[in-house]
Amino acid sequence: MQIEMREEKKQEFWRWKESNWKNPDIEWRSGKFITLGIDVGSVSSQAVVMVDGQIFAYSNMRTGSDSPHSARKALDFVLEATDMPEDRVDYCVGTGYGRVNVPMADRTITEIACHARGANFIYGPEVRTVLDVGGQDIKAIQCDEKGRVTNFLMNDKCAAGTGRGMEVFADLLGIAIDEVGERSFQVKEEPPPVSSTCVVYAKSEALGLLRKGWSREKVLAAYCRAMAERIYSLVERLGVKPQLAVTGGLAKNSGVIERLMFMIGLKPMNSKWDAQIAGAIGAALFGYALCQKGKGRKK
Amino acid sequence: MLANYGYKDGSGDYFITINTDLCNGCGECVAVCPANIFIVVDEDPNDPMRDGPVAIVAEEKKKKLKYECNPCKPTQNRPPLPCVEACKTGAISHSW
Amino acid sequence: MISAGIDCGAKKTKTVIMRDGKIAGKGIVLAGFDLDKAVHDSYKMALRQAGIRSEDVESIGGTGAGKEAVKNADELVNEIKAMARGAFYFFPDARTVVDVGAEEGRAAKLDEKGNAIDFAINEKCAAGAGTFIEAMARALETPLEEMGPLALKSDKQIPMNAQCVIFAESEVVGLIHAKTPKADISRAIHDAMASRIVSMIRRIGVNKEVVMLGGVAYNPAFVEAIRRELDLERLYVPDYPEFGMAVGAAVVAAEKAQGR
Repeated sequence: MQIEMREEKKQEFWRWKESNWKNPDIEWRSGKFITLGIDVGSVSSQAVVMVDGQIFAYSNMRTGSDSPHSARKALDFVLEATDMPEDRVDYCVGTGYGRVNVPMADRTITEIACHARGANFIYGPEVRTVLDVGGQDIKAIQCDEKGRVTNFLMNDKCAAGTGRGMEVFADLLGIAIDEVGERSFQVKEEPPPVSSTCVVYAKSEALGLLRKGWSREKVLAAYCRAMAERIYSLVERLGVKPQLAVTGGLAKNSGVIERLMFMIGLKPMNSKWDAQIAGAIGAALFGYALCQKGKGRKK
Repeated sequence: MLANYGYKDGSGDYFITINTDLCNGCGECVAVCPANIFIVVDEDPNDPMRDGPVAIVAEEKKKKLKYECNPCKPTQNRPPLPCVEACKTGAISHSW
Repeated sequence: MISAGIDCGAKKTKTVIMRDGKIAGKGIVLAGFDLDKAVHDSYKMALRQAGIRSEDVESIGGTGAGKEAVKNADELVNEIKAMARGAFYFFPDARTVVDVGAEEGRAAKLDEKGNAIDFAINEKCAAGAGTFIEAMARALETPLEEMGPLALKSDKQIPMNAQCVIFAESEVVGLIHAKTPKADISRAIHDAMASRIVSMIRRIGVNKEVVMLGGVAYNPAFVEAIRRELDLERLYVPDYPEFGMAVGAAVVAAEKAQGR
């Protein structure tokens, strides 16, 4: 009973809009290779359909407790936006934390390779550093002008600095996850960061601060700053080569990203595409490249 | 490609690095690692366009490196790491 | 010679009064948000139990993460030294000491005089401290003190994948939904925690005999999991493991007062 109640409460502050979209200017019938990329992350899942390397349609949803089901749902949701039958897909690449559980995938490729490739597509060939902040982990990646990974690092799975850590705080403070960025700037002056790295200790620290009379916004600002510092320490290790692109769900959290970019001394790159679908885009692009190389599905 | 697999503890961030451009997939590291963190795969999941086998850190070990690699990182009189010593092409290095 | 040792841990404040090398009284209170009050209360409690007036105490040693709160301390003792001397007091054969408290885990290697010659600390991650079992007990909806006995009922090994408390919570909820028996989940929790502590011990090298201190050592399943993981015949746990560091601080304070 207690568990169910907790989940209800979480949903309230976690909820973000699921979406799907189709590019009206692309006709799938005239495409040579149609490839599918499915990124099953710990928090969200995306599917991207590409026609000869161009984005035709995509979907973005919350990952359920069951990865194969989440992959299926994301795929059904993207096909819903189109009039294309599923069997028209030439090649499917699965990526993300749940990639081994994408039943329809012809091949799985890590999110490291896919995010670098996807960032290259979304933000252009100037991208040399990609920072992927997902629900479960942070990855810092360096790539060349073709989006090929030259250097990457990832840390063991600790919630500090990840989307999951931010969700815990949104829940604790009762602030909707998509308002976190804005609310964290509603402070008179920037407070010092929460000193504990560990989310569990940071939580008790935050409770202490609230008792001391800090506003929720001030606590949030202190946490966003701590998260930015945690992410920065990882990127610093790899070295930042401009331009820098941020992908993954946290790219949408201005509270962390703006503070992080200020530390790095760069401006975040902009794109018309949603940074959260970068992994799925990369996966679909690899599918396309493999098809072109004659390494596609053996029919 | 430099593949850095790492962890953080009270004293900082640490990484085991595999230079996949030097790695020939011979598998010597797989045999010597006391914690069995390495595997050799035919298709590099981090570099889909690569041809030829490569050593990677096994998926289920990636999140446990803090505990798996810790015994090879004693607080004093540090011996060379078995994986680094075994790698003939010099593809493996570490940051501690 | 009468001395006192006060250990300000993350969760509880512990005081030990020692008279001529013997424990005369103990006091323990929850730290809460007022550390000064906790220090005062636990000290008074120990004095009362010992039947000793505060003016008769010749030397006070303070230790633990919050040791600055021990305002009346004659000596601030660092945690590694306190745990080393505490373990040596209970077991002079101790050569390795492990202290797992609510928020910290530490291991030290001792010489034959009870001095720490090497140590390792886990101080920034809840997965390697008592908090881990506490958080998992909440997820399992089981009282903390029942976690250990419950785990001992299981003979099944289930690996836990998550290394972080936050992710482990979801994993435990997943195991509950999959109808895994609570005893097996509890064992998995203890095993996971023990393997983390043991990797820390292995960094300094296992040097027999091994002594366990800290509140978590009250938990029989945890001690058993550590013993199994270290592949030892037995581990040494004093009767009141959570007073280990306070004892160490009292010993050091007495030595200082006697000019040793």
